[in-house]
Amino acid sequence: MSVVASSRRLGLTGNDAVALAWKQINPDVVAAYPITPSTQVVEKFSQYVADGVVQTQFVPVESEHSALSACVGAAACGARVMTATSSQGLALMHEILYIAAGLRLPIVMAVANRALSAPINIHGDHSDAMGSRDSGWLQFYARDVQEAYDLTILAVRVAERARLPVMVGLDGFTLSHSLEVVEVSSDDAVRAFVGPGPEDHYHFLDGPEPVTIGPLALPDSYMDFRRALAEAVARSAEIIAREARAFREHFGRAVPVFVEPVAMEGARAAVVLMGSYAGVVEEAVQRWRRAGRPVGLVRLVTFRPFPAEALRAALAGTEHVVVMERADTLSTLGGPLGVELRAALYGAGRPPAVTDVIFGLGGRELREEDLEQVGRLVDEAPGGVRYLGTGDDL
Amino acid sequence: MSTQASWRALDRGPVIPGGTSRAFVTGTWRTERPVLDLERCIHCMLCWLYCPDSSILARDGRVVGIDLDHCKGCGICAAVCPPRAHAIVMVPEGQP
Repeated sequence: MSVVASSRRLGLTGNDAVALAWKQINPDVVAAYPITPSTQVVEKFSQYVADGVVQTQFVPVESEHSALSACVGAAACGARVMTATSSQGLALMHEILYIAAGLRLPIVMAVANRALSAPINIHGDHSDAMGSRDSGWLQFYARDVQEAYDLTILAVRVAERARLPVMVGLDGFTLSHSLEVVEVSSDDAVRAFVGPGPEDHYHFLDGPEPVTIGPLALPDSYMDFRRALAEAVARSAEIIAREARAFREHFGRAVPVFVEPVAMEGARAAVVLMGSYAGVVEEAVQRWRRAGRPVGLVRLVTFRPFPAEALRAALAGTEHVVVMERADTLSTLGGPLGVELRAALYGAGRPPAVTDVIFGLGGRELREEDLEQVGRLVDEAPGGVRYLGTGDDL
Repeated sequence: MSTQASWRALDRGPVIPGGTSRAFVTGTWRTERPVLDLERCIHCMLCWLYCPDSSILARDGRVVGIDLDHCKGCGICAAVCPPRAHAIVMVPEGQP
């Protein structure tokens, strides 16, 4: 059934948009601890709680480790659960991230992506969530505030159907604190889309038939649980595709998932990236296109599950790819996206050469002259790893 | 699990029926075991309250025995037993 829901346009920051999506979803439990630049998500949401416009049990805890632990407990009881964090907060959750995924709990977390210490820095990059990439959480990265709002709503359905936790990443400050015009759906439309909650899937606190959640699993079973988790993450792609279609039918607007190719018709080179800088880079790519250079842009929305097949398809026919990313593996092989993209392309017919450009760590601006250097790298296809804006000879 | 489970059956995560610790006999870990003399016991229930393994068996507010399948032999029950009652003593395993 197609229900194109009514919507209105509001000026919202990324954090306000996420908090508004949470308000409309009306989760059973939110447990969170504030940290820049995600603080306003919880600040705004706690106001909704105080105003009585949501029925959420709000748990103000004493650390992010406790926040996610409380979320795990609540989700294990069948509650619909959300939290938000950034940077050191996500790092402090690290132990519990694996437990949430291993217990197959559909928690939705907003991550206002921020650099990790040391030295301390409050600004945006993807190092925090990249440190969680092997935890079993699905990871979405928003390009703008609209996507931060839409992906939050989509994440609820994906999490509960895949029985996996989902992180929705919005670049710290660039999105978390920037005011943009957002098409906002009605509370009723959002609640109709997310449905009544995951209780049908979870009956963990059932008096007559109690269960043990997360018992010791020794060598005869542990690896089988991990094998099942690997399968669940891989198969979440089908669920994401289906739920994104349902989103478009319900709300009358599309939410991008996996990869979004821009100006890739006939492109012989491409820039690949994730997150908010897609807008700026798209401007540059369109300019290069108008100048007759066959360059396109491929943006990842979904980093987990890793859209290897969609990337191979989007990049088929290219001779050179420049990956631009805001995290580093310190392996001399580039950032996580570049490393995984090379692995995905290896053995794929005639794979394009890949140059990995690390930029924007700790919120360093991407300047016009930096984009010119990227354009030069696109033409020259040097391969290897480059650090942008650090005075290195590129 | 005595036979290896297929991962295909594990898609709901590690969730199993409750109460499995009943079947897991841990009493073999003991080096000393508590010996209860019900003739001397005054049923003050201190041992029942303090036992960290819920191994003091009670019925209708009275001590009736010790669950030696799960008692680890820590000796707390003997230590909290009132001296004049002296109803629980620890003896080395292997001795009657």
